[in-house]
Amino acid sequence: MAKIIMGIETSCDETGVGLVRLHDDGTVELIADEVASSVEQHARFGGVVPEIASRAHLEAMAPTVRRAFDAAGLTLKDVDAVAVTAGPGLAGALLVGVAAAKAYAAALGVPLYGVNHLAGHVAVDTLEHGPLPTPCLALLVSGGHTQLLRVDDIAGKITELGSTVDDAAGEAYDKVARLLGLPYPGGPPIDKAAAGGDPEAIAFPRGMTGPRDAKYDFSFSGLKTAVARWVEAAERRGDEIPVADVCASFQEAVADVLTAKAVAAAAETGIDTLVISGGVAANSRLAGLARERCSAAGVRLRIPRPRLCTDNGAMIAALGAHVVAAGVPQSSLDFSAAPGLPVSTVTV
Amino acid sequence: MLVLALDTSTPAVTAGVVELGPDGAETRAERVTVDARAHGELLTPHLLEAVGAAGIALNDLAAVVCGSGPGPFTGLRAGLATAASLGQVLDVPVYPVCGLDAIAAEASVQAKLLVVTDARRREVYWAVYDADGTRLHGPAVDRPDEIDLTGVEYVAGHGVQVYPDAFELTAVEPWYPSPRGLVLAAADELRSGADPAPLTARYLRRPDAQEPGRPKRVLV
Repeated sequence: MAKIIMGIETSCDETGVGLVRLHDDGTVELIADEVASSVEQHARFGGVVPEIASRAHLEAMAPTVRRAFDAAGLTLKDVDAVAVTAGPGLAGALLVGVAAAKAYAAALGVPLYGVNHLAGHVAVDTLEHGPLPTPCLALLVSGGHTQLLRVDDIAGKITELGSTVDDAAGEAYDKVARLLGLPYPGGPPIDKAAAGGDPEAIAFPRGMTGPRDAKYDFSFSGLKTAVARWVEAAERRGDEIPVADVCASFQEAVADVLTAKAVAAAAETGIDTLVISGGVAANSRLAGLARERCSAAGVRLRIPRPRLCTDNGAMIAALGAHVVAAGVPQSSLDFSAAPGLPVSTVTV
Repeated sequence: MLVLALDTSTPAVTAGVVELGPDGAETRAERVTVDARAHGELLTPHLLEAVGAAGIALNDLAAVVCGSGPGPFTGLRAGLATAASLGQVLDVPVYPVCGLDAIAAEASVQAKLLVVTDARRREVYWAVYDADGTRLHGPAVDRPDEIDLTGVEYVAGHGVQVYPDAFELTAVEPWYPSPRGLVLAAADELRSGADPAPLTARYLRRPDAQEPGRPKRVLV
């Protein structure tokens, strides 16, 4: 019998509720994906304010659940298991989803699975492109995370090959947007401005690419400072800032390092599938350069559609379905939200 | 009627089953742990244990009552999120009550009463009640020395344990909202079957957030 899995995500500023159907053959079908975002409340602060996000989650949780069931034409009583993001993420924000999910599972009398947000970003691709070949590589890029992963089993074995040593890629976008006077979040306006610019106009540095640097780690803090210095120097000279060229050159530096390291990992490990997910996966240059380089290297590239790349409940429901299918034991109802949960811990 | 009462507005993680009759309320079972860092962990296990100890099933509950604060934000939300989700699945009304009212409801004094709980940052959440239990002032958040104590004789709530020298009043129990106190504080609405007020948190403070200034200069 097919099973209905509800997924709840509250690790940052999106309250996500997803519903999937786990079929007997192990395939997972998306049936509802509702998100309430507090992004507009954070915009004037230039980044996510944890307390504002947590308050918004509490207000949005029950209505978002209702919308998901209405969209699916199901009722809560149809749910066979609940999955919730246990971490990583903002402590106060995670706690709202975890508390709600425990109560849903307890009241419904169904198993609860506390799952890893990062693994969810990988699992969501199965909703669009079907079962994941394993092993595969995954590049997660968002406002909070930048990680290169080896996935041997989406329900149990994920290894971090590298991650950012300072800012996440999306964070660098937000900071660069701010110093150029572009709105928050910075990804979409920079991508748009970059379309009319020259990616080779300014040679911004490629962080962590020296011979002694960790092969699969990333750094974007130096890049952000380099852009700030370049812009400030131009201002001092009284030059008009060529926003399109700055955006295109910055974006090129980000996309170049991310894709070069991911493709190098594929070559070194012999793994022939790369999944790119997370909010920054929606970036046109990252996707474009990844397609070029993967195709040249003979690597199959999978990028979920933008709606699934950003934080949502469907990714948690999808991961929950794979965890249920794999027969992983359910979580205890007294588990803690884990703001620093490592990606190697897929379920708590 | 059988009512599930939950509260996470103080360091106590509180869940209990209370039977509300026409003349009073009786606790059938309760589970309480005082641990300010365990609200998200323990509340659901506690409520399941309380329901089990009361010898009932979740579906026997007619309503849920939940302390809506004031209280430290993160813990407070654990209770409200739990209550809202339970109400949604069980299809029963969820009544928010002021946690200070629940403490006052169980403090058996026939005189003017101050209720205080810890708000951290050297402040307390407080309210003042008259001899028949009607709330006169609050809920509010202030430093202990800012509260007008004219005519007040007693103080209840764990704020008096956190600031033992701050109040020259006779301290009385309870220190935390009890399941019975929570149900008593909502008794009129529960008995009349009134539509519940929106289940929103009483934060009393705005989020700490500052708008950034201009980006820092990076050239010297």
